[in-house]
Amino acid sequence: MTLTLGNIAKTFPCGTRALRPTDLEIEQGEILSLLGPSGCGKSTLLRIIAGLETPDPGASIVFDGEDVTHQSVDRRKIGMVFQSYALFPNMSVRGNIGYGLKMQKLPRAEIAARVEEVIELCRLEPYADRAITALSGGQRQRVALARAMAPRPRVLLLDEPLSALDAALRGQLRDELALLLREFGITAIFVTHDQDEAMAIADRVAVMSQGEVAQIGTPEALYRNPATGFVARFVGDAMPLEGHIERETLHLQGGMLGLPRASDGQQVLVRAEDIRIDPQGPIAARVETVTFLGTHYRIALSGAMTGPLFMLHAGFSAPKPGDKVRISIPPEALLVLPLDTAA
Amino acid sequence: MSQRHFIFLCLLPLVIFTLAFLAIPLARLILASGESEAGWAIYLQILQTPRYLSTLVQTVVVSIAVTVAALAISTTAGLYLVRNRFVGRNTLLSILTLPLAFPGVVVGFMIILLGGRQGLVNQLLPGYWVFAYSIFGLFLGYLYFSIPRVLLTVMAAAEKIDPALEEAARTLGAPPWRIVTDVLLPALAPALIAAGAIAFATAMGAFGTAFTLATDIDVLPMVIYTEFTLSANIAMASALSVVLGVVTWAMLLIARSFSGGAVAAGG
Amino acid sequence: MRHVTRHLPLAVTLLACAFLLIPIIQSILAGLTVNYFRGLSSGLTLKWIGQVWELYSDSIFLSIGLAMACLAVTLVLGVPAAYVLARNPGRTSRVLEEFISLPLAIPGLALALALLQLYGTVQGFRTSWTFILVGHVLYTLPFMVRSVLSVLAAIDLKTLEEGAASLGASPVRRFIDIVVPNAMPGILAGALTVVTLSIGEFNLTWMLHTPYLKTLPVGLADSYASMRLEVASAYTLVFFVMIVPLLMAMQWASARAQRITQ
Repeated sequence: MTLTLGNIAKTFPCGTRALRPTDLEIEQGEILSLLGPSGCGKSTLLRIIAGLETPDPGASIVFDGEDVTHQSVDRRKIGMVFQSYALFPNMSVRGNIGYGLKMQKLPRAEIAARVEEVIELCRLEPYADRAITALSGGQRQRVALARAMAPRPRVLLLDEPLSALDAALRGQLRDELALLLREFGITAIFVTHDQDEAMAIADRVAVMSQGEVAQIGTPEALYRNPATGFVARFVGDAMPLEGHIERETLHLQGGMLGLPRASDGQQVLVRAEDIRIDPQGPIAARVETVTFLGTHYRIALSGAMTGPLFMLHAGFSAPKPGDKVRISIPPEALLVLPLDTAA
Repeated sequence: MSQRHFIFLCLLPLVIFTLAFLAIPLARLILASGESEAGWAIYLQILQTPRYLSTLVQTVVVSIAVTVAALAISTTAGLYLVRNRFVGRNTLLSILTLPLAFPGVVVGFMIILLGGRQGLVNQLLPGYWVFAYSIFGLFLGYLYFSIPRVLLTVMAAAEKIDPALEEAARTLGAPPWRIVTDVLLPALAPALIAAGAIAFATAMGAFGTAFTLATDIDVLPMVIYTEFTLSANIAMASALSVVLGVVTWAMLLIARSFSGGAVAAGG
Repeated sequence: MRHVTRHLPLAVTLLACAFLLIPIIQSILAGLTVNYFRGLSSGLTLKWIGQVWELYSDSIFLSIGLAMACLAVTLVLGVPAAYVLARNPGRTSRVLEEFISLPLAIPGLALALALLQLYGTVQGFRTSWTFILVGHVLYTLPFMVRSVLSVLAAIDLKTLEEGAASLGASPVRRFIDIVVPNAMPGILAGALTVVTLSIGEFNLTWMLHTPYLKTLPVGLADSYASMRLEVASAYTLVFFVMIVPLLMAMQWASARAQRITQ
């Protein structure tokens, strides 16, 4: 199903603008992630699509050509996975999964068959008759997904579906979820504040900030060509280089970098993994701390700019704290972006 | 002073008070119930004497009726107040919890004002609409007493329900009444059982309200009172008190195991 | 159908409010009108309040005095005990807590009978106000203990005390400097509950009182039985004026203590 959102905005009764007018188009079978820090409006947008919140007047929500803007949530035929999972504790796993089908008043036999089908797909056979309270976090997450998918919704909406799990399990379930969603072939919108999650699961990511979409694109495009400083910092943890730009040159405390495209009134960001130790490098720095992280070292440098600068260093040895080093940054790794507008 | 001594000193006053004024008196009460000619068979006598038996049945029936009515009214109102925010909501909530501090006698007087000879109903619909001193008046009095207590328990439980549960049911296509039966009532069940047990125990033991209203009705607290003061039948009064105490204590034990919170009978 | 299900809950809520509120308003009006049966047209008066004051002011002062004494006793008995129960959460503590909570579960009438049979013949005690006080303390003590206990159970009392002990504080000093200040919200909520309940207590008091020692609720029962409706209403009005601010303070303090325990 294709989903077309036009002019979606939300002002809460207290006057807070949670969402500025937003347009969005999601293709059949596409998995879109809404990524952003808490309070950026991503959950509000998801809840408006679900029909759990009413958008400000003038909005339009179209499912495959059908305008559902004024349809109530129980008629929209959406599936939703909640952050807390919201599994009904008074029903078994099977009862939860079959609930949506029961609401559609399908014949018993058909409900049973379709519940079995989803249980199998989500590999829940061993737990099908258990009580919800007897399930682990990961199992609950799969039951929540199965329950949302059983009625064959037009679009699947997931609100931070992995955030209730502990870190180790989250990584494993992230990949599992990505595979399952593709297996279902369903159009899905997935809200998260975790960039790794968004990049691992989504076809396209919409980065949101302060109630609007800052940039939308494939994970790779966002990483390579962030449109704003916010996107660069949020996707891939870019650090701003603290210096000033004068005549196509970035002046730092430890040296200068040529920037053919830059001008005053812009900012330059770099990612820790793009900084190299290079005896011929243009910038001088001093090693402060070295942390061994297994695949690489994380090194804090002083003297390169006013604040500390962090870099990642691969290899079998690393400089020692106190060493004087020179560093270089390949020109294509420098992200030259307009200054952030104050909120 | 060592820690052990200090802890001993902290507990000592409470232990002395509790022994002197709770443990020993209760033991005395139980012993006193067996001191008549009938001995311990007095408990059998309760069941064999039509007056006591019918009192017991009448008290239980009224208490069940009050429990059901208070649960129905307070659950409806409590859910409504938790799920809706509107102007005047806090006023309604204050009105509904105001009678919490009223002793049973005052509640009895409230019912007299509604259904007594000079009561509101009798004034509006003249023609001997005096129900304050009937079993219906007693029922209303107990109901007046229980509505605020049940309401607070229900609302506290309803506020703890994850709002996503209801939203999940809506996304799965459930109409409003199915959300009530499939999501809200099951989630409230422990609180309803606890609140119901409290309402039942309270109605069973309510003395103040009965004292004001039930001058001609045989309910357990009134019968205990008259046995003790008028008939001076100490053993029977004690035995009936023991039966009443065991029933209300058991009910509140049930309530505690479902809610875990502090609950109180009285009135 | 949809219409009915939408408005039924509101209707039930409003009806319940009316049921609870109308007699309260009636009693306020009746206490202030010259002749309740003739209605408001007979004029407003403070005559009945004056009469209540003449007849029953002793009972009002006795109730306030009893409530204060009850508060003092429950503080002395309850706060140190709650501390011990919080510090030693085990089977024994639970049994003890359960036992002192029995007066919540057993009707006051039964407790009063038990007290009367054991102490009814001790002349100086039976006829003294302390006999009623014992009943009030029995009934209110569990509220004090539980209120303090729930606050103490929510903070990491053991670590705080170990910290104080490592700085050289004795058990008594730790209790005064650490336990009591941290338990304050619970003590306050408990204290207001004790006073509110003591002023309104009837079930035990009716059995324990003597004709010369009438508390406010006992006086109320007396006026309901023997006085004209206006006097009974005026007396009830006086009771409302005393109890409603207490109830509001109690609810405020309990909500505040509850926020700590969450």
